[in-house]
Amino acid sequence: MNKRIFLDPIFKNNPVSVLALGICSALAVTVKLEPAMVMALSVTLVTGFSELILSLLRNTVPNRIRIIVQLVVVATLVILVDQILKAYAWQVSKQLSVFVGLIITNCIIMGRIEAFALSNKPFPAFVDGIANGLGYGIILVAVSFFRELLGSGTLMGYPVVPQKWYAVNGGFYENNGLFILPPMALIVVGLIVWVFNAQNDKKVWNK
Amino acid sequence: MKAIEKIIAKIKPIFSKGGSLAFLHSTFDAFETFLLVPGTVTRKGSHIRDCNDLKRVMIVVVIALVPCLLFGMYNTGLQHFLAMGPRTELPEFFAVFWYGFLKVLPLVIISYVVGLGIEFTVAQIRGHEVNEGYLVTGMLIPLIVPVTIPLWMLALAVAFAVLIGKEIFGGTGMNIWNPALLARTFLFFSYPAYMTGDKVWIDGFTGATPLAAWIRGTSSAVMPSWTDMFLGFTPGSVGETSVVCILLGAVILLYTGVASWKIMISCMAGAALTGLLGDIPVHYHLVMGGFAFGCVFMATDPVTSPQTETGKWIYGALTGALTMTIRLFNPGYPEGMMLAILLMNTFSPLIDHTVVAVNVKRRIKRIATYG
Repeated sequence: MNKRIFLDPIFKNNPVSVLALGICSALAVTVKLEPAMVMALSVTLVTGFSELILSLLRNTVPNRIRIIVQLVVVATLVILVDQILKAYAWQVSKQLSVFVGLIITNCIIMGRIEAFALSNKPFPAFVDGIANGLGYGIILVAVSFFRELLGSGTLMGYPVVPQKWYAVNGGFYENNGLFILPPMALIVVGLIVWVFNAQNDKKVWNK
Repeated sequence: MKAIEKIIAKIKPIFSKGGSLAFLHSTFDAFETFLLVPGTVTRKGSHIRDCNDLKRVMIVVVIALVPCLLFGMYNTGLQHFLAMGPRTELPEFFAVFWYGFLKVLPLVIISYVVGLGIEFTVAQIRGHEVNEGYLVTGMLIPLIVPVTIPLWMLALAVAFAVLIGKEIFGGTGMNIWNPALLARTFLFFSYPAYMTGDKVWIDGFTGATPLAAWIRGTSSAVMPSWTDMFLGFTPGSVGETSVVCILLGAVILLYTGVASWKIMISCMAGAALTGLLGDIPVHYHLVMGGFAFGCVFMATDPVTSPQTETGKWIYGALTGALTMTIRLFNPGYPEGMMLAILLMNTFSPLIDHTVVAVNVKRRIKRIATYG
């Protein structure tokens, strides 16, 4: 078993920063760190287990109806995740609202099932799913870290910026409202893409 | 002049290839070409070279902005003293101006130091020439922000505008949006409490600009007269209040051919026509808020406006119409000029493309009828 299967999706072929998949949810759920982490975990689990199940089914599903089968599997897992969140993490589930349900439309999942799970054995497929979820999660956590820190002055809900810095308390500081808005999320994602590209193999982009 | 030439000739070898400070050569280039018109001549072909290069075009715009800046300084002082006491106790002219001068000068300095610092650094890293576009942007930014804006916010906005708005796209001439407006947009969405026009004058008195007062539905008794707004004795961002000074700048820009009269005219026409839908007389709209300033100095930016002549008419008219649409129908944002210009900046390549495509189609049709 090749360790590249695990490492590549996190850095070299990161789904968000290199393949540009799953951008929409990266903009929507990254205002605060906590929902972003829950979202990353949910996507990781759904990607991992849907790749595992579909890899097990890969020789029995007729080619012509494979998309329907994939959707059934992914939808089942997403509903499971949604129900678990509602039961055990109601506050976060309310913050994420519709975006948990929308994991089913996340391009990363369908993309990896089609590209990897249908032509590989169950265990590598499972690892690939987990790794892609983690790659997505790293970007989500990085974006939401900056957005929560600069936009709300907190991290995981705890105030980080000293209260006496704020203008209302006689200081000079103000939270940056632009970081709460989606455009800044796109700019932050763009800057992260830039960092990734600068680190990755430059030859790919210079061709 | 002769002395400058001598000094430059003397220190040039230090910055040329092989000199001890060769890595700073783009900084040296910038100063050399800024001080003296470069003696470059075209060697091949019959190209005509105008002695009026980019640096001198930019200087014309800066000169056109000077009336607005000077008046903005005076008005800052005036508004302060009016808030402190009755008009009869106003100090002499120079004291008023001096107060405003001390308030506005830090904005200009911060804008230039931060902006030019980034420009020079980026040019050094890339090994490019230093781009001169910032000369104008650096003067525009202090003129379109409230004078009370904290300096660190201004510095942040300038850095954002120059890095994200310009350098990422490749520097002067490559930017999609007007960098000065991007700085204002950044402030507007980041720190709305400082920018909405509700509490523009914090020293001793908090008041609303005429436009903000009107949007919030204040009765017309508080509204300044049309003449006051035309002359500019009203609260507002530093350079935007006086239409007289803006018109003076417009004359300089049009006489030297730097800005397009088509954009200015069509922008006003578009705004006037759309303004008829509102309940406030159109001629008030044209002198209120940042409309006149944006129309003369922002919308006509040659980099971000369309290049085709038909495109300029379309672009200007849509900018004016959008401004009024935002003012009249959007209760959230009192000033529509900034957003309207940025949106039309985004569309200006599309406008150019369409104009050219339509022309190509028309000519192909004409050839077909002759053929």
